[in-house]
Amino acid sequence: MNEFHSSDALHEGKAPAFYLKEEHHPEGSTMLGFWLYLMSDCLIFAVLFATHAVLGRNYAAGPSPADLFDLPLIALNTSMLLFSSITYGFAMLEMEKGRLRATLAWMAVTALFGIVFVGLELYEFAHLIHEGAGPQRSAFLSSFFTLVGTHGLHVSSGIIWMFVLMAQVAKHGLIAENKRRLMCLSMFWHFLDVVWIGVFSFVYLMGVLR
Amino acid sequence: MSTHASSHEDAFEAHHGHSHGHGAGHGTLKSYVTGFILSVLLTAIPFWLVMADVLESAILTAAIIMALGAIQIVVHMIFFLHMNTRSEGGWTMMALIFTIVLVAIALSGSLWVMHHLNTNMMPMSPEMMKNMP
Repeated sequence: MNEFHSSDALHEGKAPAFYLKEEHHPEGSTMLGFWLYLMSDCLIFAVLFATHAVLGRNYAAGPSPADLFDLPLIALNTSMLLFSSITYGFAMLEMEKGRLRATLAWMAVTALFGIVFVGLELYEFAHLIHEGAGPQRSAFLSSFFTLVGTHGLHVSSGIIWMFVLMAQVAKHGLIAENKRRLMCLSMFWHFLDVVWIGVFSFVYLMGVLR
Repeated sequence: MSTHASSHEDAFEAHHGHSHGHGAGHGTLKSYVTGFILSVLLTAIPFWLVMADVLESAILTAAIIMALGAIQIVVHMIFFLHMNTRSEGGWTMMALIFTIVLVAIALSGSLWVMHHLNTNMMPMSPEMMKNMP
């Protein structure tokens, strides 16, 4: 019976009724779902912070944070992420006004700040490894590279997401789906900035202090 | 959200009108700029304290750094992530509170347990230290 019906539908060139032509996305739940993802991501970072809190003073007779960390570089890095947060905010404001080109421009500026941030972090890592302070040197450096590296990977994914979304916005314009995606990326990007507050306060500043 | 409007644009608007969806879309220029200025101040002060070696006491400096960090996280939550108790019917706030509780347990628990392990370890003589694997 069913077979007959579906083949009949195909003969008439229509899709069977149970195939929805457009995927129906319940708009209300996306933001909450993404927020829950961010909270689970927050737990990953919490565990890495706890690891660093426990292992952060085990230098294995190796270099300590005061020997290694270059605070002016970290300050510059922090300002890059802070600037990228406000520029993404401007992109969201332009999105609200429906200005396509301005949205894309602010997204490009945000991605640029993000790239400079990751670049500076990679420079710092390369410098540390070159000095013999790689992740295998001591428990402190293992936990440091894991925590800061995980954050750097998140920012890198955010940059890739930014470029993908820029292509989608450029192709399809500021449609509802793209607005939803822009809001998800906004939450992701600001969340990474929140994590970085913990990193520079707890890992860098407190590390140099003690 | 019970009625699905035919066009996506309408659905989007309806969603916004109804559930006050969480997201950065609700910020104003003023809120972003306020948040940015506060963040710059809250970032600059701890860096200045450490880099210029302002305070004698390291413990006091550490306490100020952590306090300002916590305040800055709240500033980001309010001005950039637009957290409030109403978004998504309060569920985002519930999820946040639950996460904060878990994070507090994980952090304080780890530090507490590992501190006890360290202090209760058998004291080591320099001889034993030398023969360690």
